[in-house]
Amino acid sequence: MIKPMRIGLIVLSAAVLQACWEAPPMDSEQSGFRGTGMLQTTNPDVVDPILADNVLPEPIAAVPVVEGGPTAGQIYQNVQVLGDLSVAEFARTMAAITAWVSPEQGCAYCHEGGNFAEDKLYTKMVSRRMMEMTMEINTQWSSHVGDTGVTCLTCHRGNNVPEYIWFEQDGPPTAGGISAKGYQQNHAAMNVGSTSMLSDPFSKYLTTDPAPIRVISQTALPQAGDARHMSSTQATENTYSLMFHMSEGLGVNCTYCHNTRAFTSWEQSPPARVTAWHGLQMVSSLNDEYLEPLGPTYPPHRLGPLGDAPKTNCTTCHQNVNKPFAGASMLDDYPIWRPDE
Amino acid sequence: MRQYQNVFTQVQIYGPTEMGVPVKRGQRERLGKPILNRWIGMIGNAQIGPFYLGYTGLLALVSGFLAFEIIGFNMLASVNWDPVQFVRQLFWLALEPPSPEYGLSIPPMAEGGWWLLAGFFLTISILLWWTRLFLRARALGMGYHIPWAFAAAIWLFLVLGFFRPLLLGTWSEAVPFGIFPHLDWTAAFSIRYGNLFYNPFHMLSIVFLYGSAVLFAMHGATILAVGRYGGEREIEQITDRGTATERAALFWRWTMGFNATMESIHRWAWWFAILCPITGGIGILLTGTVVDNWYLWGVKHGIAPAYPDVWVPTVDPALSVGPSESAQ
Repeated sequence: MIKPMRIGLIVLSAAVLQACWEAPPMDSEQSGFRGTGMLQTTNPDVVDPILADNVLPEPIAAVPVVEGGPTAGQIYQNVQVLGDLSVAEFARTMAAITAWVSPEQGCAYCHEGGNFAEDKLYTKMVSRRMMEMTMEINTQWSSHVGDTGVTCLTCHRGNNVPEYIWFEQDGPPTAGGISAKGYQQNHAAMNVGSTSMLSDPFSKYLTTDPAPIRVISQTALPQAGDARHMSSTQATENTYSLMFHMSEGLGVNCTYCHNTRAFTSWEQSPPARVTAWHGLQMVSSLNDEYLEPLGPTYPPHRLGPLGDAPKTNCTTCHQNVNKPFAGASMLDDYPIWRPDE
Repeated sequence: MRQYQNVFTQVQIYGPTEMGVPVKRGQRERLGKPILNRWIGMIGNAQIGPFYLGYTGLLALVSGFLAFEIIGFNMLASVNWDPVQFVRQLFWLALEPPSPEYGLSIPPMAEGGWWLLAGFFLTISILLWWTRLFLRARALGMGYHIPWAFAAAIWLFLVLGFFRPLLLGTWSEAVPFGIFPHLDWTAAFSIRYGNLFYNPFHMLSIVFLYGSAVLFAMHGATILAVGRYGGEREIEQITDRGTATERAALFWRWTMGFNATMESIHRWAWWFAILCPITGGIGILLTGTVVDNWYLWGVKHGIAPAYPDVWVPTVDPALSVGPSESAQ
């Protein structure tokens, strides 16, 4: 009688283990001074398929530019963003965008009927703004995207709506009344690494007027009066949940950006932390200037449960890789996305 | 050849149940007719009972039950009374202390009031249980080693949930009630105060924690290993050592040059065990009150070494932008 029970138990615990943990072997790469635990640990079973998905498609062949030929703006009506392109390059760019964003629907996803110039569909209004955003990222945020830059494909990857976006959340349903409030935490939150911490760090830290992320005291001893460092342990949990999002979104450990013996110390941090810092500034700014204001443009089914526009976080571009497309750039093939200032 | 290895309790004694030594107040403090249970006998004494409840035990159970219910029902409310989600997410659910703006005031029930009430009943329950241990030890004419050992754990509990929040002037610094939430709190606590590993009292606490485990393993193994010579009669062997003690003592002198005695090993174990929460409690109490960043404190006092640079040292990018962005 006992034997089948035992086998059942072993199978059950194996199933639980399988669900919760990744099977070895892991790869471990030293990134800092020996003995300091500065390692990147990755699981090839997890990483390899992701990297296989992060290969750029072949660029559409460029057509030689005819000197002095007409521009798209001269030939077509209502070309507000890409008007300076030659007609051939304009057509190539439109074809690329279609392949990146609406491969199934084709041109009709943004352009209705025979009149391509008409601003009738919300998708066209949104994509126009997204083109401006892409150019802004590549010209104003090189502190984060470097020379690699981004295109529509970085986030969209063939989807009408990028796979990883976020909306404001009400949190899971609670009884309310005089029962203790949930503060959007203490439930299994998948987007912050299955911890019990703040499930929506995005509205707190990645929007207009973000909350302060820095919570660690900068002095050995508590200071008196106004100089006292007031961050609470509770605020630290919220910062920690944002850091979990970054770690998951980039597929990296804490030590990718921090020396974990002193999280706050910049001089001991790997250079990636500076890039990440600019990334946080960038994401807040993009949500504030580009994505949130698009709310009224969207039909209701594109809005979140609280009626807000879809927004971006680290995962939107990174998609679990520290460098999207493993750091390969598309800007040489599609230079329009980084216009000269 | 099969060998007798004393790993599980092998011998169970069946016979008239043992009611214990006479005490001043006689037999009326012994509730229930004792029973014998073979399965319990596998891991300890097969006899269950007699019991003693008393006022302190009864009140401790009642207030402990109240705390348990307050925590449990708030967790159930946090999943909108859904029993499936309650079971599924039980390890994630919590009852949170108030947020910092309430300081030490009594917050509304939904915003920390329940936490304060649950903490109150839990504390009452634990203190009453300590009283019960103390009174029972006295009734049996024993020393007070057990209540004092429990008091060491209560010290750590009170530091975390009462003394330290009191010194910092806010209940928000206390620990949430919940399985994962209290672990997340622990990690965040260490991060906020600049890495608890540089806190010397945290170091001591770890020494006594791991040390307790080592001592427990050494002592348990030693006594079991000489069980075939009657080594489990260690109390008698304090004064009349016998061959079991002599073999055990020689084993340790052979292997590590020194042996504790049948008596002193229990002092080792007791001191290691109680010093774990005592030193840990001191370390927690100093955090945020006396020291705000343990890593920087460690640098100041030469216990945190500097390592050669592997990268060009980075500079805080917030220093090169306007003050509005510097909070990031």
